[in-house]
Parts: sequence; structure tokens; C-alpha cells
Amino acid sequence: MKTKLGKAKPLLGLILIIVVVSIISPNFLSKGNLLTVLRQTSINAIIAAGMTFVILTAGIDLSVGSILGFSGAICAYLLTNGTNVFISFLAAILVGALFGLFNGVVITKGKVQPFIATLATMILLRGATMVFTNGKPIAVKGESATKILRYIARGDILGIPVAVIMMVIIFAICYHILHNTKYGRHIYAVGGNEQAALLSGVNTDRVKMLAYMISGILASIAGIIVLARLSSAQPTAGDGYELDAIAAVVLGGTSLAGGQGAILGTIVGALIIGILNNALNLLDVQSYYQMIVRAIVILIAVLLDRKDKNK
Amino acid sequence: MGREILRMENISKSFPGVKALDDVSLKAYEGEVMALLGENGAGKSTLMKILSGVYTKDSGRILLNGEEINVLNPRDAAEKGIAIIHQKLNLIPNLTVYENIFLGREKVNSYKVLKKDCMIDESKKLLERLRVDIDPTLRVNEISIAKQQMVEIARALSLNASVIVMDEPTDTLTDKEVDSLFDVIRELKTENKAIVYISHRLKEVFEVCDRATVLRDGKLIDERMISDLDEDEIIKLMVGRTLDEQFPYLMTQVSENVLEVINLTNKYVKNISFSLKKGEVLGISGLVGAGRSELGKTIFGLYPIDEGEIFLEGKKVEFKSPKEAIENGIMYVSEDRKSEGLVLSMDVKSNITLSSLDKFKRAIGLDKKKEERVTQEYREKIKIKTPSLTQKVKNLSGGNQQKVAIAKSLLTEPKVLILDEPTRGIDVGAKREIYDLLNAIKKEGHCVIMISSEMPEILGMSDRIIVMHEGVIKGELTREEATSEKIMNYIIKGEEN
Ligand SMILES: Nc1ncnc2c1ncn2[C@@H]1O[C@H](COP(=O)(O)OP(=O)(O)OP(=O)(O)O)[C@@H](O)[C@H]1O
Ligand SMILES: [Mg+2]
Repeated sequence: MKTKLGKAKPLLGLILIIVVVSIISPNFLSKGNLLTVLRQTSINAIIAAGMTFVILTAGIDLSVGSILGFSGAICAYLLTNGTNVFISFLAAILVGALFGLFNGVVITKGKVQPFIATLATMILLRGATMVFTNGKPIAVKGESATKILRYIARGDILGIPVAVIMMVIIFAICYHILHNTKYGRHIYAVGGNEQAALLSGVNTDRVKMLAYMISGILASIAGIIVLARLSSAQPTAGDGYELDAIAAVVLGGTSLAGGQGAILGTIVGALIIGILNNALNLLDVQSYYQMIVRAIVILIAVLLDRKDKNK
Repeated sequence: MGREILRMENISKSFPGVKALDDVSLKAYEGEVMALLGENGAGKSTLMKILSGVYTKDSGRILLNGEEINVLNPRDAAEKGIAIIHQKLNLIPNLTVYENIFLGREKVNSYKVLKKDCMIDESKKLLERLRVDIDPTLRVNEISIAKQQMVEIARALSLNASVIVMDEPTDTLTDKEVDSLFDVIRELKTENKAIVYISHRLKEVFEVCDRATVLRDGKLIDERMISDLDEDEIIKLMVGRTLDEQFPYLMTQVSENVLEVINLTNKYVKNISFSLKKGEVLGISGLVGAGRSELGKTIFGLYPIDEGEIFLEGKKVEFKSPKEAIENGIMYVSEDRKSEGLVLSMDVKSNITLSSLDKFKRAIGLDKKKEERVTQEYREKIKIKTPSLTQKVKNLSGGNQQKVAIAKSLLTEPKVLILDEPTRGIDVGAKREIYDLLNAIKKEGHCVIMISSEMPEILGMSDRIIVMHEGVIKGELTREEATSEKIMNYIIKGEEN
């Protein structure tokens, strides 16, 4: 009973924030605004889904923002040069997978701490994006390309934005992987006690490498959505996104120490951040103050969670 | 008869789904050792954690020297004169021995600078008193588990408490260290300390304890003088029924070789050769640090082999990881369940199936119904006491955690099962159940390598015994030849060389 409540805790936070925001700003509950919130949340949520895998293994991935930027730039370049849309998307995802794998190899085979390894990749890929784009945006041209990008950015199925549907599908798959597959169990085992996992026959290196790969792949998918939304690849795209993703995971109740947490918490965490941003905009709060408010809310939420765990 | 120093009265404590203690009382007397006995999960550790302020009691009183006290936390307990040596090691691995001993009570000079030399000196004295040879400036993760246990004991002694609780202190110790611990306990008695002693080894209870308090299923059964009891009676109080024969050795027809190790050499062991036959239990005896666990882990693919060969059912094998070893039918159960054996943050079910998830694979995902069914079978078969299969393993009692680790290994259906200290922390009834399991494995034609520091267990259950010392095999004995003198002889000869 108590554990059930404990699991529902982030959800209670979400409900609380929805109630408060809709009282302060009645506009919030309009259908149009709710869909906007979801659409805006989708990017952070998708990155955070991958981050959840990494954090569950007791790691961290700081490179997601840069992976997002770099794969977006590659994708834009290919599209502008008339490459087939799907091949361009696939290439972007491949870039994400590759650099995720790179992180994983450096961490497991090179025995470098995840923080440092992914920090290096973060800087490396930001630099590479700058070099590749010459520091200037790449605007996507070509009819079929702009059409599909517009569809991803603004299209909908039965009134639900495409990006939101992508988010839901991704979370459903992640949920399945984490809770119903052998790999999911291995993630929790490695995060909970790596040595015991190894002695139980878990290929711990492979588990970790895959987690970073998943994180890279999801970051590049988010990169495609960002590209679609701006219809151009910005050299600074994704800058700082890793922090929002980490915040969403932690707000969702996943422990940075690894082994404990759940993907459903992550979507709740991402929604809390998304709603908060939306509300601050609706209330016309100046962007500098927004940062301060966000920081305070995140801190309070995490503190409440901690207090509960120490009992 | 000593004066009563400590009295815990009508203590109750519940956890979600378990009533761990139900109206339990315990007394401890000056200059006496009170044994606290009971099966795995009876509530012994919980009672002691209430005494030390780790858990808060639901109801009841604690009296120290006749005055009611309220213990807030372990530090508070230490200040009130209650020292506890916990069942699970509580040292910080990357700090040095002396830093651990003085953790939270560091000695500083008037400029708040650490007085290292002074602390090192005092640590040395404490360790000398325990007759162990440990350099206090070594980091804890550089010394063996047995020595870590001695450091933990030294830390408790350094508090100079009037009540000292020892929760299975000899679990990880070998006979020699147990003897010096007992000498210290006798000294403490002459210093009029009150001691509470928890152990599943009844031999020790008769050796150092004066009285016994017995718990069963969280309830107080009785408090008795040890001199009025014999082993059978204690077991009857603990288990509620009498047990037959302690070591149900089963004679089996041993046939062809299953495992053959030839000249195995690496960083930890040298020139190890032995064979293992179908239906056989091979005991490996030796002192802590003899390289027994390392040998087991090398065969299990955890450590690389420099020279030598391993044959499994006639085929040469070379495992690069435990995963490969398990796939080929070799399984190892670690002596250190907390850091190597179990994922404490996962539930009972997931721990048991962790090594055998392929058995539960479906087209997509895992067959959770089957998983539930199979783990339930094991829970009943080896009597794992837990409120549910989804209970986190960290909430189980020590002995029940060990059973989860063993269930995990059995589920892989190994041809060769390497058990490293399999009955450590397990109660008399459960020990018997594990020995029955050994017999079942033998009957199925599989075999077991049993690494154990408990001489009676080695002598009682092995078909053959290997004695190791400093990474080398010093001798091999058949069941018929083996006596504890002969085994000790091999070890002593090793010491002299
Ligand atoms: N933190 C906890 N949360 C939930 N249940 C717990 C917790 N700690 C102990 N228990 C339960 O309380 C009961 C008593 O456990 P305890 O550790 O006191 O047993 P014990 O007598 O020390 O056993 P052992 O000999 O195996 O060490 C067990 O059923 C255990 O599962
Ligand atoms: Mg205990």
C-alpha cells in the first residue's frame, strides 16, 4: 500500500501543479493550450526516456543535447541535397546510435566515468556541429522534405499532434523493454549491483553500451522533431537539453544512484516541467525569472521525494 | 549472578506485511553473555536494530541500568554505552582501517587537525587485543572479509560500551579468529560488560554464552540458563520440533569425470589440479585467504587463466565471463551475498530468475506467470521466508537472503555448482534443508564444489576434501580418511613452508 503511494508520488505532484496552474490561469485548461503543452513536452520527454535507461544503470548522459544538434544538422544537410527523406532520417538516427555506442564503449571498455565520457562527447559534437554548419543555420529546401517536416511539426492524427503520438509510442516501447524483457531486468540489475549482476551471468558491458545507444537514438529522434519545428538546423539546437532531461527523470522518482525508478515517472516528470514552462509563459513571467521559478520547483519536488525515501 | 544492565520490555515492531516482533523481551546481565537465538527471520536483528536506534519500535520500553531510555539513532546508542556489531558489514571500503574505527569520533587537536598518529596507535592496540595482524593504515577494501569483520569488532570495542551486541560476528571468521574473539569476550566478561550474542552456530553458544533467549516468528519463546540446556533442547525451542541427524550424508555411485582441472595457474592460484565426478561433493577447506574463493571464481570465468586447462565433460573449455560459464552449466554462489550475490534493490522474484531469464522468454517479453509459478515453487522448496515474492531482497533477514542466492543458482540447473560458504548465516533447520538439496543434486548426477570454513560441514557432507593454502593445494583426503586433525596438519605444514 505504502509502496504504491510512493510510486504515485510524482503523479500527485503533477495533479497538484495542474490544479494550481488552472486556478491561476484559466486559459491553461483550453484544449488548444493543452495540446501545445503536450507538443512542447514531447521533445524533452523523448530525450528523457533514453536518459532513464542510462540513469537506471547508474550512469549519466550529458551528450544528448549535442547529439540532437549534430544529427539534426546531418539530417538537414542530406535533405537539402535532395536525399530521400527516410534515408535522411535513418542517417540521423544512425548518427545518434553511433555516438551513443561510442559513449558506451569509452565508459565500459575504457573504464571512464560516464560523466566525463559523455561530457567529452557533448563538447566534441557541439564543436563538430559548428564546423559542419559553419556556425550558420541550414534551412531545409525541397518540396517533399518540407512537406514531411511540416507534418511532423504541425500535423495531427485524429486531432492529436504527430510529435505527441511519437512520444506515446516511444514510451510504450520503453515501458515494455524495461518491465517485460530480459534486457530490462538486466538494466535494473546492473544499476542495483553491477558485481552481482556480472556474477549472475549478465553481460554488464553490453547492457550499459545498449543503454547509451538507446539514449543516443532517442536524442536523434528528438533532433528530427526539433528540425521539423524550426524547418532549419540550428548550430546551437539542443544546447542545455540534457539538463531538462535529467530533471525530468529525477522528478519522476528515478534514483541517480541507479537501479531504482520507472519510465512512467519520467513522462510525469517531463509533463511537470512542460506545464511549468507553459504556465510561466501564460502568466507572462520574464524569462530570467522563469529560470529561478523552475529551479525552485525542481528542488522542492526532489526534496519531498528524498524525505520520503529516508524514512 | 550478574546484575541486570539492560532490559527490553514488550517490544513490538511491524513492517509492511510482516510482524517482525510481537511483545518480545530481552535482558542482559553484567559480566554475562546472553545468547539471542532463533530461526532465520525470527526477529533477532530487528530487535538489536531497535536497541541501536536503526529502527524505531512500535511499542515497548528499553531500560538501561533501571532507567528508561529513548534511543534516537546509532550515534545516540553509542553515547549511551550500547555498541553493536551488525550482521552485515558496515565499514566504508575506501577509508583506511583506523579511519573506520574512529569514524564519527575522530580525534583532533586544538586546531581541529586530525591526530592521525594517535588514532593509528590506538587502532593498533585494539587490533592487537583481538590478536589480528592488520595494518591500520590499509584501506578496508584491501583486506579480507574476515579481517574486515575483526575491524568492525575493534570499532565496537573502542566505544568502551557497557552493553555490547554481536550479531553473527563469527560468520566470516575462521576457527583461529573465532578463538581470539572468544578470548576477548571472556576478558570483557571480567570487565563486567553485558554482552548479547547472536549466532546460528550452537557450538559457540555453548562455549561462551551463559544464558539464552529464544525467539520464534517474532515471539519470545523462553529465557533459560545455558547450563540447563543441551543442543537438542535449544533446537527444539528454536524450531518448535526436533531435528534428526545434522549431516544427512548420502552415499552415491560416483562415475565418470564431469570436471577436470589441470595445472590451473593465474594471479591467485598456482598449479591447481583436481577432478570432480558425477554425483560427488568436493569440499575445499583452508584458512581465509587460501585462494579458495578465487579458485571458484576462476573456474567460473571471472578471472583470466594464465596457464593450465579446464575440461568439462571431456571438452576443453575457456570461459571469458560468468555468462559463458553459466551457459555451459557451471554456477557459482558467492560467499559475500551483499556485494556479490544479490541485487538488494530488486525483489525476491527478479533475483531468483536473474541468471535464468532465457527460461521465461516468449515471442515478446517475459512469461511473468511462469516466472511467478517457478519462483513460488522455490520459495516453498527451500522455505524462503518473505511476505511476498515482490518484497525487496534488502528487507529479508540475512539467512533468507542466502536462500534467495541459492535458489538463483539452482534455477540455472548447473552440472557443476560451486557453493562458497553455503550455510553462512543460516539456521540449523535451514542448514539441514540445504544439505538435503546437496543430496538431491548428487542424485541427479550433478556435482558440487563446496568451499567452507566450517570443519564439521566439510567433514560431514563431502565425498572428498581438498585442502588449500596460499593458492596451492596442500593435500587431498577421501571422506574415510578425513579428520579435522589431518586437515589442520596440511594447513599448518603450509604455514611452516
Ligand atoms: N526493513 C525491513 N522491511 C521489511 N521487512 C523487514 C525489514 N527488516 C526485517 N524485516 C522482516 O522482519 C523479519 C525479521 O527479520 P530479522 O532480520 O530480524 O531476522 P533475524 O532473526 O535476524 O534472521 P537471520 O538469522 O536470518 O539474520 C523478517 O521476516 C524480515 O523479512
Ligand atoms: Mg539477523
